[in-house]
Amino acid sequence: MPNLRFTEKALSDWMLGNANDSDIAISSRVRVARNLQCLPFPLVATNEQSIEVLERLTDMEKYDDLQSFGTFYMLNLNDISPLDKKVLVEKHLISPSLADESHYGAVILSEDESISIMVNEEDHLRIQCLYPGFQVRDAWEKATAIDDIFEAHIDYAFDDTRGYLTSCPTNVGTGLRASVMMHLPALVMTQQINRILSAVSQVGLTVRGIYGEGSEAVGNIFQISNQITLGQTENEIIDNLHSVVLQIIEHEKNARERLLNESKLRMTDRVKRSYGILSYAEIIDSKEAAQRLSDVRLGVDLGIIEGPSTPVMNELNVMTQPGFLQKTFGEIMGNEDRDVYRAKLIREKLRTHKDNS
Amino acid sequence: MHCQECGTRQATLHFTKIVNGEKTEFHICESCAREKGEIVPGTSGGFSIHSLLSGLIDFDTASKVQSGASKAAQPLRCEECGMTYTQFSKAGRFGCSSCYEYFDERLNPLFKKVHGSTTHVGKIPKRGGSQIQVKRQLDDLKAELQKRILEEEFEAAATLRDQIRELEKGLSE
Repeated sequence: MPNLRFTEKALSDWMLGNANDSDIAISSRVRVARNLQCLPFPLVATNEQSIEVLERLTDMEKYDDLQSFGTFYMLNLNDISPLDKKVLVEKHLISPSLADESHYGAVILSEDESISIMVNEEDHLRIQCLYPGFQVRDAWEKATAIDDIFEAHIDYAFDDTRGYLTSCPTNVGTGLRASVMMHLPALVMTQQINRILSAVSQVGLTVRGIYGEGSEAVGNIFQISNQITLGQTENEIIDNLHSVVLQIIEHEKNARERLLNESKLRMTDRVKRSYGILSYAEIIDSKEAAQRLSDVRLGVDLGIIEGPSTPVMNELNVMTQPGFLQKTFGEIMGNEDRDVYRAKLIREKLRTHKDNS
Repeated sequence: MHCQECGTRQATLHFTKIVNGEKTEFHICESCAREKGEIVPGTSGGFSIHSLLSGLIDFDTASKVQSGASKAAQPLRCEECGMTYTQFSKAGRFGCSSCYEYFDERLNPLFKKVHGSTTHVGKIPKRGGSQIQVKRQLDDLKAELQKRILEEEFEAAATLRDQIRELEKGLSE
């Protein structure tokens, strides 16, 4: 089994970096989709063609300029167990589609896991850059620099009018998807969230759950990303997302302040109850865990409790996912076992934290 | 809360339907929802971006057929990868980059709906894209030239004109 390191730790090194507004904007991500000229997209490619794509895009000697961004490791999806794939998805290092549907798929990961280059996903090449907090501009700059390294050696499928050609019409043009993961509990509690989310969709942005398309927003975590990829420059797309996210952060801050002013006792009660449940529960399902973790995270942000640090909270969000639980405890488990192990893991993690502080 | 349809199972789906401004609330269980064929977002068989998209694409085909514009017996088809327009409209995804050329006439309305635009204005590959870069630069210079002429800044306009000539010479070579 190659490079198990990527599935052993729940928290990627890049998540440990300090960043502004990381209490509300948890992380930023930019993804760029590219395809090779003269080869059909992965959806209809033959095995030989997929192998050719794989070989051309994972020739690390050719792309040695990548080394300026750190050390890279290549993983063939065929060599990875279903469980490890699941963990990589839970850590956002690969997409569910690369894990489940790809033929001759591969991922090139940087050591700190901040860069993930997917091969033979829906498109031949998908470059993804992750940053902690609200740093979507930096993520774009890094992604475009990596794009240039590949472009120096391969001819992309590009058209004067349509831009970068992609398998799905929703990505054509820039092939750019920029997103910010946001924790918005106060906007949910004050019931402003729907109004804000529908306003967001009016300006070419979209809101998704934590695991992308079609996933539910659990634990008050929302993913805001651009919907439009054609007819705007990359900078316009990034600026648009940037200014909308800034406004949402402002709204969330105001809502938090209002909650503190108007119902401090209730808030304190809610936060401490959740902290209590997480510290002592024997069985907890993923939805409740996410909600309680959200309460505790808010409590820490507001100074109501001296609870676990943000990295510990981020780590718990990943660790309590089904794949990671199974990885940790090394057993095939049903839903109920999982809820027991989840509770155990959270209890232990919070206890270690308390002992350390 | 019990399902309002069968009255026995737990209602797990709660949603509001608005038809012609009339609001109806539903609280039903998953199996009744499936039976009724309600399209419920977030459940399998419900909405996905691709099915939504293929709806948009189909819509185009339907309106074309109705207006009798495409009665040709030959289905629209990409000669490179063999994908037909019908297949594309079902999958919501292109087979290869040539599909963009073969389906070109149908794509503008689709891109308009999805992106509100039909033309790329962003990044251009450095290699192979140099021509486009020059063309874009030319467009900018010509616009600037017009502005200068209107403002009667002829000296600046002359400099711009020379720059444009230089670039155009490079393009035609």
